[in-house]
Formats: sequence, C-alpha cells, structure tokens
Amino acid sequence: MTATGLERTPEIKKVTPELARHMEELWKTKPGLFGFLGTTDHKKIGIRYLVTAFAFLVAGGIEALVMRVQLAQPNEHLVGPAAYNQLYSTHGMTMIFLYALPILSGFSNYLWPLLFGARDMAFPRMNALSYWIFLASGVFMYVGVAMGAGPNDGWFNYVPYASLPYNPGLNEDFYSLGMIFYGVSTTVGAVNFVVTFLKMRAPGMSVNRVPIFTWGTLTASVANLLVVPCVSLAFLMLWLERQFGFHFFDPGAGGQPILWQHLFWMFGHPWVYAIVLPAIGMVSDGLPVFCRRPIVGYTVVSLATVATMILGFGVWVHHMFADGLPSLALSFFSGASIIIVVPSAVSVIAWTATIWTGRPVITTAFLFFASMIVLFVIGGVSGFMTGSVPVDWQLTDTYFVVAHIHYVLIGINLFPVVGGIYFWFPKFTGRLLDERLGRWNFWTMFIGFNLGFLPMHLSGLLGMPRRIYTYPAGMGWGWVNMVTSIGGFLFAIGVALLLVNIVISLRRGQVAGPNPWDAPTLEWSVSSPPPSYNFAVIPKVESRHPLWEDRLEEIEGHTRVAEGPVLDHSKEALTTTILDADPDLIMKMPEDNVAPFILTCAMSLGFTGLLVHLWWMAAAGGVLSLVSLAVWLWPSRRLAQVSGAPL
Amino acid sequence: MMHWAGGTPMTYLYGFGAKAYPVVWLTWALLGLSIFVCLIFAILVPWGVMARKSRSVFGAITTEPVSRGPHAVHWITIGVALTVVALTASVVGTVAVLAKVSHPGAGRPLTIEVTGEQWWWKVRYDSDSPDQMFWTANEIHIPVGRPVRVKLMSSDVIHSFWFPALTGKTDAIPGQTNVTWLEADQAGRYRGQCTEYCGLQHAHMAMELVADPPARFEAWRQGQLRNAAEPATPQAMHGQAILVKSCGACHTVRGTLAGGTTAPDLTHVMSRRTIAAGVLPTTSAGLSAWIANPQAVKPGTKMPTLYLSGPELTDLRTYMETLR
Repeated sequence: MTATGLERTPEIKKVTPELARHMEELWKTKPGLFGFLGTTDHKKIGIRYLVTAFAFLVAGGIEALVMRVQLAQPNEHLVGPAAYNQLYSTHGMTMIFLYALPILSGFSNYLWPLLFGARDMAFPRMNALSYWIFLASGVFMYVGVAMGAGPNDGWFNYVPYASLPYNPGLNEDFYSLGMIFYGVSTTVGAVNFVVTFLKMRAPGMSVNRVPIFTWGTLTASVANLLVVPCVSLAFLMLWLERQFGFHFFDPGAGGQPILWQHLFWMFGHPWVYAIVLPAIGMVSDGLPVFCRRPIVGYTVVSLATVATMILGFGVWVHHMFADGLPSLALSFFSGASIIIVVPSAVSVIAWTATIWTGRPVITTAFLFFASMIVLFVIGGVSGFMTGSVPVDWQLTDTYFVVAHIHYVLIGINLFPVVGGIYFWFPKFTGRLLDERLGRWNFWTMFIGFNLGFLPMHLSGLLGMPRRIYTYPAGMGWGWVNMVTSIGGFLFAIGVALLLVNIVISLRRGQVAGPNPWDAPTLEWSVSSPPPSYNFAVIPKVESRHPLWEDRLEEIEGHTRVAEGPVLDHSKEALTTTILDADPDLIMKMPEDNVAPFILTCAMSLGFTGLLVHLWWMAAAGGVLSLVSLAVWLWPSRRLAQVSGAPL
Repeated sequence: MMHWAGGTPMTYLYGFGAKAYPVVWLTWALLGLSIFVCLIFAILVPWGVMARKSRSVFGAITTEPVSRGPHAVHWITIGVALTVVALTASVVGTVAVLAKVSHPGAGRPLTIEVTGEQWWWKVRYDSDSPDQMFWTANEIHIPVGRPVRVKLMSSDVIHSFWFPALTGKTDAIPGQTNVTWLEADQAGRYRGQCTEYCGLQHAHMAMELVADPPARFEAWRQGQLRNAAEPATPQAMHGQAILVKSCGACHTVRGTLAGGTTAPDLTHVMSRRTIAAGVLPTTSAGLSAWIANPQAVKPGTKMPTLYLSGPELTDLRTYMETLR
C-alpha cells in the first residue's frame, strides 16, 4: 500500500486476539435501548431490513390468498368489490414497495461492506435512517389498511379515479403521503449504496473485481436516485390536488390525467428493474460457487446489468400503449422494449454456460438459483410479447400481464432471495439451514409457483381482465382460476416451509464455520457471523476471487486478509479511489446515534399531521425534524469535521 | 351465429375482420417464438445440471475442486447473435402490423361515439343530420364488412374499450378523444369489457357488439331512431308516469318527458340482450331484480334504490317491456 496520500501511515500488523478484542471494543453496538435504537452496524440494519421485508411479504401473501379464494370460481362472494379493490392494491403496494426492494436492501446492507473488505457503509447513520423510514412509512400505510383506508386504486394509482371526486376517503391520502415518506428512505439508501460502491472498496478491489451483485445494487440505486423524484412529485401533486383543489390532473380545468401516467411509469419501469437487478446479481455470484468455477463472461454480464438499467429509462411508455399516443412514438418505445431483451439474454446464457462448463454441486441454494434461469426466461419472453404494440393492445390489462409480473417478481426476485437466504444464512447466523427441509421447501415452492402462475398466462389469453373482483360463468375462466388458486396455496406452503426451516435451523442447524461453501469472495474470509468490525486489518485485494485465487492461477499477487494496515485509533475506515481503489483517506466513522430514529419519529409526526389536517402537528414534525437534523449534522471534532481537529 | 365459440368469448387467440387478422397472426408468431425459447431453456438448464452434476454430495462441496473451467464466452456470442436475429424479426413484424392496423382500409366508415361511464357504456351513432343521430347503451350494432370508427371519450375516470375478437384496447380518457376502429367480416355477437380499472364495478362493465348484414343493420337503425311507442294499457300508462317521475332525471325515453342523460337511454331497452352492462338478461325477472334492488345486484352502482311498491314495480316493468 502506498501511504503517500494518507494523513498517516498505518502500521502493518497480523490479526491477533488482542487486536480483535480492541476492535470489538471500538465497534460493538452499545447494549440496551440506546444501542437498539442507535446502532449503525450495517449487519444489524441489514438483518432488520430482511426481517421487516419478510414480514411484509407474509402480509402481502395473505392478501393474495384471500383474493385467490375469491377468484377460484365465478361469482364468488367471499369479499365485496370495495374490499377486493383494497386487497389487490395493498397486495401490490406491499410486494412492490415494502417487500421487493427492501429485501434486496437488506442483503446489500449486510453484505456490501463484507464483499468490499470494508468495515461499514459510507454513511452508517444514513443507513439507519433509511431503515427507520422504511419501517415508519410501511407502518404508516398499513395503519391505513387496518383502518379500512388502504390504497384502492392499484399500486399504479391512476387519476382521475384517485382524485377526490371519485375517491373521497382517506385511502389515497394515506397512500400519497406514505409513498412520499417511503421515497425518502429509498433515496437515502440509494445515495449510501452509490457512495459506498465508489469509495469504500478495499485497496486493490478495482471496479472490474467487484461481485456482480454489487453492480446490480449500484445500477438500481443510481436509477432510484433519478426516478424516485418523479413518483414523489406525482404523489405530492395528487395530494395537493386532493387537499387544496390544485388541478394538475383535472381535465375540466386544463389538467391532464396522462401526466400522472408519464410521471408514474417514468419511475415505475426503472423501479421494476431496480427490484430485480440486485437479485440477478445474487444469482451471478451465487450460482458459479456451486458450479465450482467463475461465472462465464464476468465483464459482459456486469455491463449487461448497466445496459439494462440505461435502456430501462426508455421503455416506460409500454405501460401506456392503449392511451391513444401517436404510432411513431409507440414504434420507438416498442423497439426499445424489445431490444432490452438483449442484456437479459446475456445473463441467462452466461448462467447456462456456467452450468454446462462447471461441475454443479446440487444444494438447495443452487436449486433456487438454477431454477430462476428458467423462470427468468418465462418472465422475459412474456415481457417481450407485451413490448410489441399491436399484441400488447390485446395482452395489456389481462391476466397475461399478471402472470408476467409474477414470473418477474417471484421468479427473478423471490427465488434468488430464497436462494440467497440458503446461501448466506450461515454467514448471518453461523448455522446452516437444513438441506433436507430445503429440498421440500424448494420443490413445494417451485411446483406451487408454476402450477399457480403458468395457467395465468392462459386465463390472460382467454381474455380475463385484471383487477376484477369477480367474473361471470361461461367465460371459460373458471377451471384455470381454480388451478391457479390451488397452485397459489401450494406456493404459500412452500414459503411457510422456509420459515419453519429458519426457526429450526437457528437453534439446531449445523455449525457453518467461516466458509461452508468454499466460496471465493471476501465475506467468507471472516467468521460466521462476522465480528462487529468485519475486518481487523484492511484487506488488500488482488483478484476477483480472493479465496480461490491460488486455485485459479489467474493473478500475480495474493490477496491479503490476515495481515495488513491497522486502523485502530478510533472507529476508522479507509476510503479508496473510484476506479482503481487506491487508498485515499482515513475516515472517522460515527458512533451509534439515535438521531436517525428521532428524525424518523419527527417525520412520522409531520406526515400524520398532514394526513389529518392538524397543521400545528405537521409544523411541529417539521421543526423537530430540522432540530434532529441539526443535532445530527453538528460538526464533531472527534469525526475530524472541524478544521484544525487533531488527527 | 354467436362468436362465443369454445365457451371463451373473450379470447383473442382468434379474431374476425381486417383489424384482427394481422394481430392474431403476430400474436401467434410471438407466442410460438416465446414458447420455443422457454422450451430451449427448460431443457438446457436441467440437462446441463444432470449431465455435469458433481459426484460430491452435499456436505462435501469442498471436495469438488474449483477450476477456471473451459473458455465459454462464445456461448454468449452465439446466443446473443441468435437473440438479435429473432428480436429484429419481431420488431419488423411489429412495425409492419402496426402500420397495417393503424387506419381502416377502403370503404366509407360508420362513426360511433362511445363514452365510458362508471359503470356502463354510452353509445351515440353519429350523423351529419341531427335527425339521424341516436343514443343507446352497452350494445353496439354494426354492419358486417364496413369499417367502423369509434370515437372514445369518458365522462368520469379512465376506461378502456375492448372487443378481443375484433380490436385491441384503446383507453377512454377524460379530456381527450381517442379514435380506434374495427371491422367484423362475419355476422355474430361479440363480447367486450372495460379493461382499465375504473372503480367498484370495473368487473361488471361489459358490452356486446352485434354484427349484422347491412340490410338487417339498417332495419335496426331505423328502429332505434323511432320514439318509444305510446302506452296502450292503463297499467302501462301508469308505468310510464312512474318512469318519468322516478327515472326521468337520469334516463331518457324518447317521446316522453324522461330526458336524463347520465344513465342509459331506455327508449329501446328491450331490444338489448342485457341490462346493467351485461349483469342481467333483459327479461321480466331481470328488470324486476335490477329495479327493486340495484345495490344487491351491482354493489356501488350509481342506480339508486327507488323504494317502489309491488304494484308500482309491476306497472313500471310492464311499461318497460313495451320499449322494444
């Protein structure tokens, strides 16, 4: 390591028990309530994200099961139209916003610093803030659901149906404010990921050596930074229109309902990629471990991730093909929506080639990752079909699209996520999940999912519209829906088996050791679960596969994890340069801090005030937010934020 | 002839008319290509797993050695090349079909104006002379073999107009007029439904389209232009009086004082196969059930309960049954 750029030259030491104890003292979360509310440990925050997102998955799943009973036969009366409309809208909101992204943020939060050889995320307190706001906004929206005022206009929330004259209840106010609140969490989290990727990688981990999973989260985060403002703005406009009679979307006063759709889908389509790209990255990293070889085509697969995201900004109009837009515009978006298949094809072929040129060891994690390839293809080609304008005029708003989105969100998000749980659970907890139960878990989920959702393509092709609370007999949809409902319940049993496996294995699972899969990346070089400081000395990375490099014979040097520069004056971390990851700066990391939690409470108070029109409460929330921000941001000598501070 | 073959009236896997044929062809082509690609991977992945499976069982993953593996980037090169060929063909097909179905072919089109309402369809037959114009609801009649221009509007929220066997969807959006077209080359009855979520009774916003030979269509049109017949019996006269008083603020019956426009024109309600946008058949029982308790039939409908007495209901129904 060249020390020239650094403010001091750290000592090079071997990892010793004394050093480990010293680091533990510096980094461990304080006990008690303060520690619980104030922790900035990315691993604790990551686990919280995972658990919370999974709880929302279960809630959304129960909503889905009620709907599947209602739709199993024609003219069912389990729920009425008002309840059904809230159910399907809440299901969408829950799965897309409160499960799909946060679960991936959980993995990213837990794993990124470990994958990068870093001690924490770039902004640990912002990390805590993004979690607390995610939790608070999710609770905020679910309070509405519990009051019977959940969203009732779909997750897409089209106006004018969402406008006051057609939707006078609190439903849309909960959803609008909740989504604006939630957007803060996404934005804060995305900033943290981008900066962490750019600055927190261990020395030597140049951008062409990072795990592909981190490429996925990075591109998703960049996309979110660019598009979340669209949807926050849209919901703010809707809220203003509903409260104060603004006319953004009111055609009677010169407004435009289509404006909502543009703003929503400019956000919505990139978002759909944002909630699959990190999961795709998990497969790109996890699958090769079990194939006992590096992934085929690391560079093209990484670039394909980036290409998907860039093209993903230019396809939003394919949600609006039936809006009556001019044919020329439709042709452009149709072409873009079809061409975006290419980068996905790159990944799919790369994984298949990795299997064919590797020696797959069949574990439960491998089964989830490998089956995801086929599910990805099914979800991909159905998406490709909706990209073709004349065909989409038939497919859109039928169950074909419902089938498509579930192959995408379950196939490309949930399957990799469950595979990721089997893969990283030993790292999170120190124990392996049970493999025998794992097989049952996998096959129940896989068969249930395909039994449930493959026939949905058919109900779509038979013309069954989406978002209908019931349907008449004589349409030919009855038996298909019955099969779908049966498959749905089987799938739910599969998910329940995962929870059972987790509960059992937490107590009785086989002890894993640091690297049970003999995997190549840095998180497996530390103990399971990792110590609070992650790495006692700063690793020096020399290849893409630090723990395989002696066997792959692909490099000149050797990655060092057992000996290296010690940064132990306080909670310290090392930042590196953006591309080559040369040492750049010694960073003082903040201690545990309750400011993010208090800020979240203040914001919750403010949003509640806005919801119920208690303006003094909204103002109080705003003032308290500013105060807690000021406390948080007050320059601290210990963090070397005051000029002339002792180093 | 009913085009409800196979018990699946809403499918678009086959269609009728100049607009439907190219789209049906493209749908099958893309569907076939998609299924083919799915089959390739559904075979390739498990085959690869079984063919290359490590002999190590779980617990012994570390016994399977790690290697760089053979160079395999050519898989990606070849795969992407094949993908690009298939995608390019699909884009060309898409644009060609789009151009073909964007505008109706030769022939003077019939123009109708369809307005989406929560939760029914208002239909107006356009004409240059006002006396040739008329309104109906939820049931569209067209002549076979003649292109039909459909001007789409909405009076409240967004709806979507869709007759799967004849044309794909076009949204009816408040504040703008979208234009689509369709053509039936075979006589028959086709089913359509709203496909943009529009609130409580989105599920019950169906419509039907009857394609008739031109002469029969013309006879229907002439019939629709007529005012309602005068009631012939005292019971029907009483029924008419109830209709004007209780229904006339929302419904129109031409030739009477009932002139409301926020609900379906009832002048020839008995000529339509269903009422309440496809929910009930237009029979005595259907009419009674609907008028007596519309909220039980279609929860949330804008049709209020009228609280008529039994005899009033009977008289009203008796009069309505003359509206042919």
